[in-house]
Amino acid sequence: MSLGLLVLTVLALAALGYAIGRRRAMATAGGDLRKLHSLPTFYGWITALGVLIPVFTVTVIWLFAEGFVIHNSALSHIDPADVPADSSVNLMMADVTRLAEGLSVLQAKGTDVPAVEQDIEALKTALGDAGVAMGNDPTPSMIAAAEAVRGTAKASRLGLSVVSLILAVAGLAWGLRRISPDFRARNATEKVSLGMLIAASLIAVMTTVGIVFSLLANTVHFFSIYPATTFFFSPTWDPKFGGGSTLGILPLVWGTLYVSVISLVVAVPIGLFSAIYLAEYASRRVRGIVKPLIEVLAGIPTIVYGLFALITVGPLLRDWIAMPMGIGNSSSTVMTAGLVMGIMIIPFVSSLSDDIINAVPQSLRDGSLGLGATPSETIRQVVIPAALPGIVGAILLAASRAIGETMIVVLGAGAAAKLSLNPFEAMTTVTVKIVSQLTGDTEFASPETLVAFALGLTLFTFTLGLNVVALVIVRKYREQYE
Amino acid sequence: MTNGPITAEPMAAPEQPRTTHSLFAPDKRTAMRNAQETRFRAYGLVAIVIALLALVWLLISIFSAGLPAFRQTFVEIPILLDAKVLDKAGHGDPAEMASVTTIGYGKLIGKALATEVEAKGIDIGAMTPKDLVGMVSENAAADLRDMVLANPKLLGTTVQFTALANGRIDGYFKGRVTMETAARDNNTSPEKLMLADKLVAAGMMEMRLNTGFLSMPDASDKRPEAAGLGVAIIGSLYMMAVVLCLALPIGVAASVYLEEFAPKNRWTDLIEVNIANLAAVPSIVYGILGLSFFINFAGLPQSAPIVGGLVLTLMTLPRIIIPTRAALKAVPPSIRDAALGVGASKLQTVTHHVLPLAMPGVLTGTIIGLAQALGETAPLLLIGMVAFVRDFPGAPLSGLFDPASALPVQIYNWTQRGDPGFVERASGAIIVLLVFLIVMNTAAIILRRRYERRW
Repeated sequence: MSLGLLVLTVLALAALGYAIGRRRAMATAGGDLRKLHSLPTFYGWITALGVLIPVFTVTVIWLFAEGFVIHNSALSHIDPADVPADSSVNLMMADVTRLAEGLSVLQAKGTDVPAVEQDIEALKTALGDAGVAMGNDPTPSMIAAAEAVRGTAKASRLGLSVVSLILAVAGLAWGLRRISPDFRARNATEKVSLGMLIAASLIAVMTTVGIVFSLLANTVHFFSIYPATTFFFSPTWDPKFGGGSTLGILPLVWGTLYVSVISLVVAVPIGLFSAIYLAEYASRRVRGIVKPLIEVLAGIPTIVYGLFALITVGPLLRDWIAMPMGIGNSSSTVMTAGLVMGIMIIPFVSSLSDDIINAVPQSLRDGSLGLGATPSETIRQVVIPAALPGIVGAILLAASRAIGETMIVVLGAGAAAKLSLNPFEAMTTVTVKIVSQLTGDTEFASPETLVAFALGLTLFTFTLGLNVVALVIVRKYREQYE
Repeated sequence: MTNGPITAEPMAAPEQPRTTHSLFAPDKRTAMRNAQETRFRAYGLVAIVIALLALVWLLISIFSAGLPAFRQTFVEIPILLDAKVLDKAGHGDPAEMASVTTIGYGKLIGKALATEVEAKGIDIGAMTPKDLVGMVSENAAADLRDMVLANPKLLGTTVQFTALANGRIDGYFKGRVTMETAARDNNTSPEKLMLADKLVAAGMMEMRLNTGFLSMPDASDKRPEAAGLGVAIIGSLYMMAVVLCLALPIGVAASVYLEEFAPKNRWTDLIEVNIANLAAVPSIVYGILGLSFFINFAGLPQSAPIVGGLVLTLMTLPRIIIPTRAALKAVPPSIRDAALGVGASKLQTVTHHVLPLAMPGVLTGTIIGLAQALGETAPLLLIGMVAFVRDFPGAPLSGLFDPASALPVQIYNWTQRGDPGFVERASGAIIVLLVFLIVMNTAAIILRRRYERRW
């Protein structure tokens, strides 16, 4: 039974449960609504939920466990001697999966699969005709493993369908049996609903746990096969596929910080001054038009900024500044990425600062103006000092955004890992290297791939630290005036 | 501040002339302070102007580079579909006819073009029919083949075939390719460009609206003229559907719990801090999570919209929860008190009164969250959505597991190609993406303006 059909059947059973539950509740009360503890709808709902929740829980767990079981059952068929010296069991398993899919395709086409499996040459041609590409030629043990994959998958789906249907019907029967005028259906329904609300709010926690766990586990794996001292202190980044790479994080951190600093140098003055102007000088009308326009900058996807850096800003800087001054001839530079990223984070600085400046009590301004200070003196000597913690928080949030930004640096900053001071040279960042080490790769076995997780963990720690500091500062500041 | 105007100097030396001060004539210091004030204001104004100019510059640069992608050069060729060449067996059976490859169809197009050019009396100089084939896209042969295989009855007739012009010819009309660059280019020649001018004069070639840009799938590196956004748009739509179906209910449920039910304790605090932090986690980290959890651990297929949708859901959740909680908070307590007062349970109060009243705010937040998810690129790169996908994914549910592309990733993909024609395509794709975003954000603004109540 296909998954879609199963879902539909279970939903139909739940709907049936709702309808019968309602009617049955009325029937047990002899048609007199006052004798029921709860409204009839609640009896319907609790019956429907009794069908849905167990099935849903079991299905989700089943689907996640399925991958595991299938993998292990196939693994047991693979002969360690069959694994080529230059390959790994993991690579072989990928081939087994492909082979299993290919066999299913062949079967769907009406090929006699068991017969073809006896003859490896015929199998190869058949697979080729079906458009299934294999890394290595299939061996008998791989075919056995692929058959195990197919068999387990089929059995698992069948098992899931049977278990789900039994659970659904059992839930329905149990729910209907429980219905009596004294059954507190409303309380039960609300308890279950509250449980579902809690489960939903736990997804956020589980996401964090998932992120931390997947980063940590793979990072530990990485450090078990690669020396940590080289990673943290080596000034070269030189990944080689085939081993012998030097994976020092220093040039990447340097590039990240350099780009971020340039972007902050661009964004902080512009963002801060526009926030001051909008909050203190601009008329309502100007503010109403300009503020949303600046915020449009924050709504534009980063890939757009990336392309802007690639086709407009990069060539412009190269042709008008770097080449005439003889300090660089690349269009992907730290400067390009920093400048464009600066434009992107202007609204992060300006919006937050604007809110914070607006939150400074008017009485402070009135006091200063009343003593004869000009508006600009008031702003510089009273409003900004009062708003400073919040503004620092805003800048830190913008910095964390700049550090974690990916697409602008992928397209604008280049891919060469370098420790250099010249802003018109191509450098690279942590995020760029995560993308280049991990794109399209799912075999987490070599240090060249696993290093991406160590980089990710570094990035995560960096941005998390900045955010926490920013939030603490902002929160502390708010307490002052409330 | 110490050397301000001194008010009284009773013991001043009598021989010094008294300086008279008019309040209307500012003294030097006041003038300086006023000048400072003007300067300060000017800084603010300049900052705003720079920010707005940056926005205008960005938009102009993208639009000027991208608008040409919506127009394309086409060649009209009458082609005699010779049954002897295309269907040697003569049975009209598409399975047998499939043995004729695109090379065969390419030759046919070249021949037809040569005949037509001769009939129109255009001088082709020293160009061979093979050069003439280079005038049209490499995709034209495949298109013609598909057309014939789909409808074998066309055999033997003369069809008016509309072929895409080669990317270089198209670039010539759009100003990307000039005679000088063509002379240095292996893929075209000045002669071809001159012939293209003559074809335009003869009415065989023209530039018109390119609907294929929105409907065709991606094309290989040498055929920018045939590349379209069809698969990417469908992939993005699938992912948005997944995000909407998962993030909206989960986000609303989580917000309702945290805002209406959660006790004020450490555990709730932890969840709240968690959500605030998740909103600020770099998007690429979600990509890592998607790769190691959904693809590697759970065994979901790479490049599939379902995985992209799940990753974007996790990313969008905090961005939906935060505005939803604000919307719930904005509903005045009197509404809750009234409902509780007439005997509704807490859950009924929320579902019957608070949530409907907060709905405009919730939907606004959801649309904005979706718009952000639509433009997100980095996490999708990691889960393999960059793959070259030419086949359209199937219908929903099972189609969610088929490989597909997504708009922002398709843009990234095109920026990595060698042919300069793809820069135009990438910019054009950005225009499509921005149009989607503008529509979504406008919808959000309208929702907010029209339905949001101020209490």
